[in-house]
Amino acid sequence: MWVLLGIAVIVVGFLLRFNPLLVVAASALVTGLAAGLDPLSVLAAFGKAFNDARYVSLIYIVLPVIGILERHGLQERARTAIASLRGATVGRLLIGYLLFRQVTAALGLTSIAGPAQSVRPLVAPMAQAAAERQGADPESDRIPAMAAATDNVGLFFGEDIFIAIGSILLMVGVLHGFGIEAEPLELAKWAIPTALCAFAIHATRLWLLDRKLARERREIALGDAA
Amino acid sequence: MIGLEFGYAVAGAVFGAYALLSATDRANPRRWGNAAFWGLLAVSFWAGDLLGDIGNGLLVLGLVLIAGLKLMGKGARPTTSREERQAEAAERGNRLFLPALMIPAVALIGTLVFKQIPHLFDTKQVTLVALTLGVMLALAACYAWLRPHPVTPIAEGTRLMDSVGWAAILPQMLASLGAVFALAGVGEVVGGIAQGVIPDGSRLGAVAVYALGMAGFTIIMGNAFAAFPVMFAGVGMPVLVGIWSGDPMRVAAIGMLAGFCGTLMTPMAANFNLVPAALLELKDQNAVIKAQIPTAIPLLLANIALLYFLAFG
Repeated sequence: MWVLLGIAVIVVGFLLRFNPLLVVAASALVTGLAAGLDPLSVLAAFGKAFNDARYVSLIYIVLPVIGILERHGLQERARTAIASLRGATVGRLLIGYLLFRQVTAALGLTSIAGPAQSVRPLVAPMAQAAAERQGADPESDRIPAMAAATDNVGLFFGEDIFIAIGSILLMVGVLHGFGIEAEPLELAKWAIPTALCAFAIHATRLWLLDRKLARERREIALGDAA
Repeated sequence: MIGLEFGYAVAGAVFGAYALLSATDRANPRRWGNAAFWGLLAVSFWAGDLLGDIGNGLLVLGLVLIAGLKLMGKGARPTTSREERQAEAAERGNRLFLPALMIPAVALIGTLVFKQIPHLFDTKQVTLVALTLGVMLALAACYAWLRPHPVTPIAEGTRLMDSVGWAAILPQMLASLGAVFALAGVGEVVGGIAQGVIPDGSRLGAVAVYALGMAGFTIIMGNAFAAFPVMFAGVGMPVLVGIWSGDPMRVAAIGMLAGFCGTLMTPMAANFNLVPAALLELKDQNAVIKAQIPTAIPLLLANIALLYFLAFG
C-alpha cells in the first residue's frame, strides 16, 4: 500500500507547482523506499531506466531542420495557408482549421500552429468576424474560446499519429519496462480511430454552433417584431 | 548491423552541438546552465552504456538539479525578422513544407523497407533508425537548398531547444518513473484496488475503469504523460492485458488518448488551457476548458467503446 505514496507525491508536487523534474525524482525515491529499496538502489534503478529510455528524447534531433525552415519563413507560410481557409460561416471555418491542424500534427508539424502562432493572430479574429456576420455578440468569449479549443483538439488528436512524438515514445518506454518490444508505427496506427472520432465529434459541435447562431438571430428578429 | 546506436550517436552529436552553442552565447545570462544540461544529455546518448546504473543515476540527478535550481535561460542569438520571413515565405511558397515532410516520409518508408533487410538493420528499432535517417536527409536538403552558414541550422535548433528547456526530458523521466513503479509493484497495488471497483467478470467495467482512471489522473496531474505509467501499470497491464488478454499496443495507444481527453478538461494543464485564454484576453480564464468539455466527454466515451471493440481482437 505504501508504494502509492509516490503517486501522492506527484499529485501534491504538481499542485504546488514545484519543478516537475524534481517532483518525478522525488516520487521515484519515495516509491523505491516504500518498496524496501535503499536510496542507492533507487538511484541505480532510475539511472538504468533513464538510460534504457533514451530514445524518448531522440525526437529533438529534428529541431535544426524545423529551426532553419522557420528562419526562412515556415510559420509565415503556414499562416498564409490558414488565412486562405474559406468558410462563409464560423463553423465551416473552424472545421477547416481543425482538419488542417490534425493533418499537419499527424505529419509531425506540431509547432507550425498554436495559440501564439496562429490562434491569436489569425484563427480567433477570422472566426469572430465570421460569427459577427451571423449575429454573434462581439463582446462574448464564446467564439475565441471555441477557436482555442479547436486548436487543442486538432493538436492532441493529430499528433499521436506521428510516430516520433513524445507520447508514442513514452509508451514504447513504458511497454519496454514490461518486457514488450513495441514498434512506434504500431502504436501510432491505433491512434487513428480516436482521431476520426475526435474530428467527427468536434466538427458536429461546430456545425451545431452555426445552427445555434442562426436560431438566436431568428429569435432576436422575432422579439424585435413583437 | 544498424540499430538504435546509430540514432544515439547522431543525438549525442546534436545535443553536444546545442551545448557548445549555448556555452558560446554571451547574450544568455545563464548560458552555463543550458550548456551543462544539453551537455549531460550528449554524454547520456554517447556514453550512457558505459556509465553504469549509478553513474546514469547521478547524471539524472545533475539534470534535475540544473532544472530545479532554475539555472537555465534562453539563448538570444539573432535570427531573421518577421518581415524578412514574410518576404521569404511569399517567395518560397509551399516548398518550405517539403524538407519537414521528408522526415515522416522517410521514417514511414524506411520502417517498411528496412524490415525486409534484417541482416543490415536491427528490425526491432527500424522506425527510430529511419527517423534519424529522415532528419539527416532533410537537413542535407536544407543545406543544399537554403545554403545557410554551416552553424546556422544548429543555432536555430538551439533556439527551439532552449524554448522547450528542461521540459524536454519530462517524457523520458516519466517513462523511467514508470519502470520504478513496475519494480516497486505499484501496478499490483493499484490493480488490486481497481479490481475491487470493477464489477466481477465485466470486460466493459474493466475498460471503463481504465479509461476513466486515465482521464481522472490526467485531470489531477494536468499531464497525460504522468497518468499513463500509473494507470497502465495499475489496470492496463494486469487487468486488460493480463486477465482479458487485450493487445498491449492497442490498450496503451487508446488509453493514452483517453488521458488526452482529461487534458482538455483541467486547469492544471495551464499551457494548453489557461495560456490561450490569457493570450486571447478572455474575460473568463476557464472559457477554453468550458468550450472543450462538450467535446472531451463524448470523445472519452468513444475511447471506451474503441477499447472495448478493438483492443481484444
